[in-house]
Amino acid sequence: MDARADDPARGAPPADDAREIAARVEVIYRRDSRRVLATLIRLLGGFDRAEEAVHDAFRAALERWPVEGVPHNPYAWLVSVGRFKAIDAIRRGARFVSQEDVAELVDSMGCEPAEADEGIEDDRLRLVFLCCHPALAPDARIALTLREVCGLTTEQIANAFMVPAPTLAQRIVRAKAKIRTARIPYHLPSPDELPERLASVLQVIYLVFNEGYLASTGDSPTRSDLSAEAIRVARLLVTLLDEPEVQGLLALMLLHESRRAARISADGDLILLDAQDRSLWNQALIEEGGRLVQHALRSRRYGPYALQAAIAAVLTEAPSTDTTDWHEIVGLYDVLLRFDPSPVVELNRAAAVAMRDGPEAGLLLIEALMATGALSDYRFAHTAHADLCRRLGRREAALNSYRRALALTRQVSERRLIERRLIELAG
Amino acid sequence: MKYLCLVYLDESRLAELPDEECVAYDREIRGSGHCLASEALASVSTATTVRVRNDRRLVTDGPFAETKEQLAGFYMIDARDLDEAISLAAAIPPARVGSIEIRPVRPIRETVAAIEAERAKGAER
Repeated sequence: MDARADDPARGAPPADDAREIAARVEVIYRRDSRRVLATLIRLLGGFDRAEEAVHDAFRAALERWPVEGVPHNPYAWLVSVGRFKAIDAIRRGARFVSQEDVAELVDSMGCEPAEADEGIEDDRLRLVFLCCHPALAPDARIALTLREVCGLTTEQIANAFMVPAPTLAQRIVRAKAKIRTARIPYHLPSPDELPERLASVLQVIYLVFNEGYLASTGDSPTRSDLSAEAIRVARLLVTLLDEPEVQGLLALMLLHESRRAARISADGDLILLDAQDRSLWNQALIEEGGRLVQHALRSRRYGPYALQAAIAAVLTEAPSTDTTDWHEIVGLYDVLLRFDPSPVVELNRAAAVAMRDGPEAGLLLIEALMATGALSDYRFAHTAHADLCRRLGRREAALNSYRRALALTRQVSERRLIERRLIELAG
Repeated sequence: MKYLCLVYLDESRLAELPDEECVAYDREIRGSGHCLASEALASVSTATTVRVRNDRRLVTDGPFAETKEQLAGFYMIDARDLDEAISLAAAIPPARVGSIEIRPVRPIRETVAAIEAERAKGAER
């Protein structure tokens, strides 16, 4: 490590250090640009000015740090320079506005950068809550979070969700226009707003994770970048908010993530839990997830995410499907149903009952559930029904349900799995 | 900042909302200084629609579109930001039965006044 780079007081480094400084600026950009943005949105009162200011601040860093050295606190330096550049730009652009108006605008731009440091973690939280505000369209929340909180480019997000880049850009532009025009505030939710607002944040994070874990369409069964981003935001939230559901969601994602390497065969085929090579599971993630689940459950303020994580922990911690504690899993589903009495949770509980009491008991529950019609377009209901029929030797019923599931499935590796079952049964 | 809260309601469910309760909230929000104007509307069956096409007036019975929920009233409110507007709107009693659409007001007079002032300044020069 170059001691001089940490000590700007020792003056300008020689020119051959310029490349090294540029590399450090890049590292600092990756580490700090979202924090700088989050604070500048507060100080400058809007996305557009703040984004431009972040850009200007890093450009200034590339010019000045090779001469002046890297400052002790790059974040504070960047916020201060960004704010100064923005005010300068407003002054220069103030042809139609009186000097008094400019002075007022500049006054309204918040506190001095010296104070800016204090609210920094709150700023990152504000940014997450703003991007996930329930007044924004669900698609826009996801796009805005990935763009502003994670710093992905519009093209990267468009590729991940397989939409044309202009469509995605338009989504972000509309959302920002609504934030501005309807004046969606940049503040932390009050305690009585928190449950609703947090639910929206957690939903956005989990949707992003799932899009990366079990992509609903297309060839690639997993897009790990999106999952990694979702975990990154959840880790940030865990450090900023002491909420059991946040810990629960992070635990749930880590426990899914721990099995990623075992889910897909070398040929790109999906491998179900009972057939996975458990030596491929990531033990560090399983342990971290397990600890978070324990912590969340002990709080007694847990909700659906912590309960789903607890179920995932029981599944992951057992050495095999046979030795899994299905009694405990059914019990956890019973509690989960009290929070989320949805047909999908009923279906998962029925599958656990089939493991505990045998396929016949599970099939009775699933057929009663399907008779209500609530799951007729849900592909996993048909595969669950088909699997139990197959295990009970009811060939015709199994074939029918696999065919129905296939008609509802777009994801390629899932389709291949169903097609394999159809061939096995037909043979 | 001004927001118009449009109260939509299935008129057949109006009986579930006693007038006294609605007026009590109206007094409360007016007392708080957040309410600039508010009215309840007569039934949509009394509505008349007018259009002008090619300088000709066209009058018809009823509203433009058939919908399950009808416009039943409005509150013009003054709120710090959208979150405060949402809190005020959520407390309007019909929110429990129908829905409240919250629309920011577009400062059209201010915009036009600014353009006119700019033009006047240009003329002086």
